[in-house]
Amino acid sequence: MNDLAIKVSAATKRFGKRTVLDQINLDVKLGETLVILGGSGSGKSTLLRMMIGSIPIDGGDIEVMGKTLSKLTTAELDEYRTSIGVLFQSGALYNSMSIADNIALPLREHTDLEEATIEILVKIKLELVGLREHATKLPSEISGGMKKRAGLARAMALDPKILFYDEPSAGLDPVTSAEIDELIIKLNKVLGVTSVVVTHEMDSAFRIADRMVLLDRGKFIVSGTADEMKNSQDPLVRQFVYGLTEGPLTERKRTGSYESDLLMENI
Amino acid sequence: MKVLAPISLIGRIATNVVEFLGQLALLLHSAVTMVRPALISGRGKRLGWRNLWAQMVRVGVNSVGIVSLVVFCIGAILSLQMEPILKQYGATDKIADIIGVAMFRELGPLVAAITLTGFAGASIAAELGTMKVSEELEALESQAISPVRFLVVPRVLATTLMMICLAVIADIMGVLGGLFVCTFVLDISAELYLRATFSAIEMKDFLGGLFKSGVFGCVLSLIACHLGTNVQGGAEGVGHATTKTVVYTIVALTFIDLGFTAAFFFMGV
Repeated sequence: MNDLAIKVSAATKRFGKRTVLDQINLDVKLGETLVILGGSGSGKSTLLRMMIGSIPIDGGDIEVMGKTLSKLTTAELDEYRTSIGVLFQSGALYNSMSIADNIALPLREHTDLEEATIEILVKIKLELVGLREHATKLPSEISGGMKKRAGLARAMALDPKILFYDEPSAGLDPVTSAEIDELIIKLNKVLGVTSVVVTHEMDSAFRIADRMVLLDRGKFIVSGTADEMKNSQDPLVRQFVYGLTEGPLTERKRTGSYESDLLMENI
Repeated sequence: MKVLAPISLIGRIATNVVEFLGQLALLLHSAVTMVRPALISGRGKRLGWRNLWAQMVRVGVNSVGIVSLVVFCIGAILSLQMEPILKQYGATDKIADIIGVAMFRELGPLVAAITLTGFAGASIAAELGTMKVSEELEALESQAISPVRFLVVPRVLATTLMMICLAVIADIMGVLGGLFVCTFVLDISAELYLRATFSAIEMKDFLGGLFKSGVFGCVLSLIACHLGTNVQGGAEGVGHATTKTVVYTIVALTFIDLGFTAAFFFMGV
């Protein structure tokens, strides 16, 4: 129990009548990089948002560093949020602020550090992601990959114990994507940060993951290391991992009868 | 079914209006509870004075020119429109009285608020809506920075304060618009005009107008912030929020003004 950073127990999430996550269980060990895989609409981003306390859970529990998120008061939830870092899919940098101010904001908000100290810390974080010379630029003046790196620097501003990544490689060219992956590995190894990465980019997943889980229609269907996933005989896992055009995933899409849809038989 | 349709529509509209007012009240409550700790607390609850000042410049200082121009023109228009009627009764000297009272009690605050709705309200809604779409609001929350404290409070405070300042400028510019026409077109001396204005206006007209302006500014910014932070969808959602901000605010301002006028009337103020 003590070596667990996150414990998800029978977590359920519904949007209206649709069950997005159906009683899922997940353990994330301290210091590991766990990759949550899944297709579009599989519920992986919803799970991430529940783990960062962005959306409430409808059933079950999520424990992070021994704290049950659903039982936290607003003040405790804020305290929890200062102990984690989140890299959003778009980077989500504050467009009206320079890159340096983006990183300085959580330090200014949550610490009593002198401005000179904050400046030094910002430079350290920027150096870590290779953006020190771009500190004064606005987010609109840098590329997509640089925005992701700046977002990562901001996520690390308060030296979090756990980092959550939402599609860190989405929309990036292969080289930039590999650079982001290297950064994730570096943070994990050098700083001992626990990482939870949501992605559907298999190249990136194989590069960074200590362990992977595959989410499909709100349930985990497999968990294992990169090699175990590659060697899995489950047709659904094989189709997802190797990006095959034939398999259960595509078959499922075809089962909704096209003819009856055209003829509006369901209406 | 068709007979019940209008009743159903009225019911739906009433429900939507009550729901919207409730959401505004909740936002106002959150903002008010955030202001107090922001002013007296340190860590994690700072108001961001730089942020507040930036909003005051953006909302107030930048709109002084356009508000002054619009109200000056309205003062001039009123003078030109009243002159032929008042002339029939030999009362052209009353133009200054009417413009003064109308500007200080009513037109200065209302026209400034409506101009500010287009100038700042739409801009606040579009800005916050874009921040919502680009996950910036979620990013703030994930860093334990309340969007209400960090974004809404400075905008509501700045708009309320600057609306009061703009109303003072609007009152003066409206009177000057009338003065301009009276002096250069209607041959009424500036001295006579100003003396009539000062004798017609009472302190309660001025203060009542300022109070109304504060309420206008608060409502204007609350509507813009609420609709901006609740944008659904992408760019289209931002467009909808901006349009709705302008329409809802103008309707709200008109109803609030009607409420104030009725209240002042029955209180004999």
